[in-house]
Amino acid sequence: MTRNERAVDVLVVGAGPAGLGAGAELAASGAGRVEILERELDAGGVPRHCHHSGFGGRLRGGDTGPDYARQCVRAAVRAGAVLRTGVTVTGWVNATTAGSAADGPADAPSPAGAHVLDVTGPAGLERITARAVVLATGARERPRSARLIPGGRPSGVYTTGELQQAVHLYGQPVGSRAVVIGNEPVGHAAADTLRTAGVEVVAMVTDQPPSPVAALLRLQGRCPLLTRATVIGLSGRARLTGVTLRHEDGRTLTVPCDTVVLTGDFVPDHELARRGGLTLDPGTRGPAYDPEYRTSRPGVFAVGNLLHGVERAGVASSEGRAAAAPVLRHLAGTVPPARRPVPLAVDAPLLWIAPNRTGPAGARPLRGRFVLRTARRLDHPVLVVTQDGRELDRQRLLLPAVPGRPFHLGAGWLERADPHGGTVRITAV
Amino acid sequence: MTPTVTTSGDLPGGATYDVTVIGGGVVGAAVARELAKYPLRTALVEARDDIGEGTSKANTAILHTGFDAVPGSLEARLVREGQRLLAGYATGSGIPVERVGALLVAWDEEQRALLPGLLAKAERNGYHAGRLLGAEELYGREPRLGPGALGALEIPDESIICPWTTPLAYATQAVRAGVHLHLGCRVLSIESGPYSGSDTGSGAAGGRHTLTTSRGPLHTRYLVNAAGLYADEIDRRMGLDTFTVTPRRGELMVFDKLARDLVRHILLPVPTAAGKGVLVAPTVFGNVLLGPTSEELDDKTDTDSSADGLHFLQEKGRRILPELLDEEVTAVYAGLRAATGQEDYRIQAHPDRRCVTVGGIRSTGLTASMAIAAHVTGLLDGIGLDLGTPRELPAVTMPNLGEAFPRPYLRADLIGRDPAYGTIVCHCERVTLGEIRDALSATVPPGSPDGLRRRTRAGGGRCQGFACGPAVRALFEGARP
Repeated sequence: MTRNERAVDVLVVGAGPAGLGAGAELAASGAGRVEILERELDAGGVPRHCHHSGFGGRLRGGDTGPDYARQCVRAAVRAGAVLRTGVTVTGWVNATTAGSAADGPADAPSPAGAHVLDVTGPAGLERITARAVVLATGARERPRSARLIPGGRPSGVYTTGELQQAVHLYGQPVGSRAVVIGNEPVGHAAADTLRTAGVEVVAMVTDQPPSPVAALLRLQGRCPLLTRATVIGLSGRARLTGVTLRHEDGRTLTVPCDTVVLTGDFVPDHELARRGGLTLDPGTRGPAYDPEYRTSRPGVFAVGNLLHGVERAGVASSEGRAAAAPVLRHLAGTVPPARRPVPLAVDAPLLWIAPNRTGPAGARPLRGRFVLRTARRLDHPVLVVTQDGRELDRQRLLLPAVPGRPFHLGAGWLERADPHGGTVRITAV
Repeated sequence: MTPTVTTSGDLPGGATYDVTVIGGGVVGAAVARELAKYPLRTALVEARDDIGEGTSKANTAILHTGFDAVPGSLEARLVREGQRLLAGYATGSGIPVERVGALLVAWDEEQRALLPGLLAKAERNGYHAGRLLGAEELYGREPRLGPGALGALEIPDESIICPWTTPLAYATQAVRAGVHLHLGCRVLSIESGPYSGSDTGSGAAGGRHTLTTSRGPLHTRYLVNAAGLYADEIDRRMGLDTFTVTPRRGELMVFDKLARDLVRHILLPVPTAAGKGVLVAPTVFGNVLLGPTSEELDDKTDTDSSADGLHFLQEKGRRILPELLDEEVTAVYAGLRAATGQEDYRIQAHPDRRCVTVGGIRSTGLTASMAIAAHVTGLLDGIGLDLGTPRELPAVTMPNLGEAFPRPYLRADLIGRDPAYGTIVCHCERVTLGEIRDALSATVPPGSPDGLRRRTRAGGGRCQGFACGPAVRALFEGARP
């Protein structure tokens, strides 16, 4: 055996805000040896390269991303969590499939139910046995290939994550004229990064219709916003020369540029979750989970943007902290009596809901509400909750539901859901 | 001996080359490697900045048995011989190969009726391990196959191979044995005239070619035209006009590694009058490939993918392996086959020109490359090049990019010796700092981040650089002189 075998109480995979939050709270609560593994050489996750402010829970002002990342790291280390960077979990040794969605989160931890993971780092190979695992592997933006944008394969095509690292961490030259695809907050962050790097943002593009309110609030006039438009091609062989857009009405337009940033369209980094046989939620594509952050595999929890691509860093951090209590209950063997989890599902144009399983009696999601996304704008929608044809609740939203931004559904109806019933459906009317 | 690899500036002067190979694709590199066995002064010139930058980098990465070649054709013979040669060479040099086998799946009665004929054709091509499978056995072998398949022809020896390591291994071995590799060296014109120099071992054939290249003149006694898509143009520069290359574009989609367990074999279409169809195949990197399309073009640089092509592939893929379409797409690319209007290779010696043209090498070129190289060397001998006595080349060991063999991040021995092999830079593909450093200082170093990706897989994974792009670029830039 060339692997160094070790045992910990809790292994947290990923040291972004969610993983660091979980590690901090667990270590502070006496969970035993809590080890956080981060594959990057620096901990802190995506905020490390988000130089805009607004982190730390405040809407205006607040910290910059790097400051926030450092605070998260400090808090975890100060609480006594062991943070190891440059260390990658490469797989599960006991990757038993936990079964179908209907089985859902189970209980009754036992020493035999410990999890064994293989790890690679500069110090060598390890095999770590953990009594509980918290997955906090985050999310990423879909690259050009996954978006099936045809055309050449020139340089100058970025996601926001790559762009921010290139500019803020590596000081690399980017280009001179850029088009930003996406009008969500992350798209505006990309535009800011481009301007910082001296790149002219010639247009932002969204497939959504114009929103008069957003136009008033948002950085008006800084660059044209092209609405109801999608990218249908990239031109250029060595370097990007243009982006071809198609308007909903069929007209096409090629915008000359040497840089394009594909923003948003987040997908969970769910490789480890899937390799571990966790049941995925078909909407989020992250692990299916209940209000106690329990996945379909006993003793494996999940937090942060792995569960929902993406919420703000502060939400991810809060989830990490909130997961500590159920993890401690698992370690102590005091999990509430097993209850069959009921899946939650949404109807179009809603995209997903999180959490997406019911948990033990009395369990409530963070801040007592579920988070949702929609594919298209809904003005003051009513969210109707039904189970087996029976209406459980009906909630009117005060604000429009907008693509790329969270809106919420209160969890008060959970008591009315039949634990022996079918899928709970959420429909916008 | 100091390896000679030049990438910019004027070509080094010096004695006239005995042989110059034009084209650093898999065929040209294989020819250069074969010539490296002989006491000859050989040059390999490539217009682009790397080996295998043209058609060779964008194919279906299959090591064919040649079961479906046209019996009696040159291609049939060279694919059959080349498959054996390359399979052996790959084992010795670390080129990943997996013998997963192929199933030609019949989706309707017409296709099923063609299978016995294909089996008979395989026999005529000297391939005797083919076997017909009924639907039940087929679904037992490929449980995720879409509904409606009627049966299959199994070709157990069809294999998958790394298309990038292969030409690189050839070039590395050739350069280490003394072949000069000149990259970024486009041949603009060719003058052929008498030669009276005395700086070579063989004065038998009088006459030499003067190549005017983008990097200055180059003199050579013999030429091998392995210019792929541009072989017709190079021929014309010598006054030869035997064929025209029409690029035939093939678009391909690479699916995420999480799709790998969906498929066990190379799933080949049954060729019908309507065309060769679309295949689904695992890759040695642990992904799943879907493609190619087939479309005749005029533009030899048009490696764009198209909305129609991708839509077509999705439709085909959904039929073959429905769950594949639920997975993320990691990469989309297009390659250009060098079609010449003839369903066979066009390999021809021109004795009066002291030249061998290697044309019309399409999708089987990777498989046949070593046999083509031996064949071309024989033709050079036949037109007066005194080869001299061959020697065995020192073996080459290429870094392993294949998932079926232990990669550095899983090797405690390597990491123990050098922690850089435990420092993962590209997380999707688990490429370590040690591997990137090795590639940057290799005998044939990459000319671009793309070249680095083909040597290490860095940046080629599902996130396409979201996580590691700038770090990999910084390492590449840091290694530039």
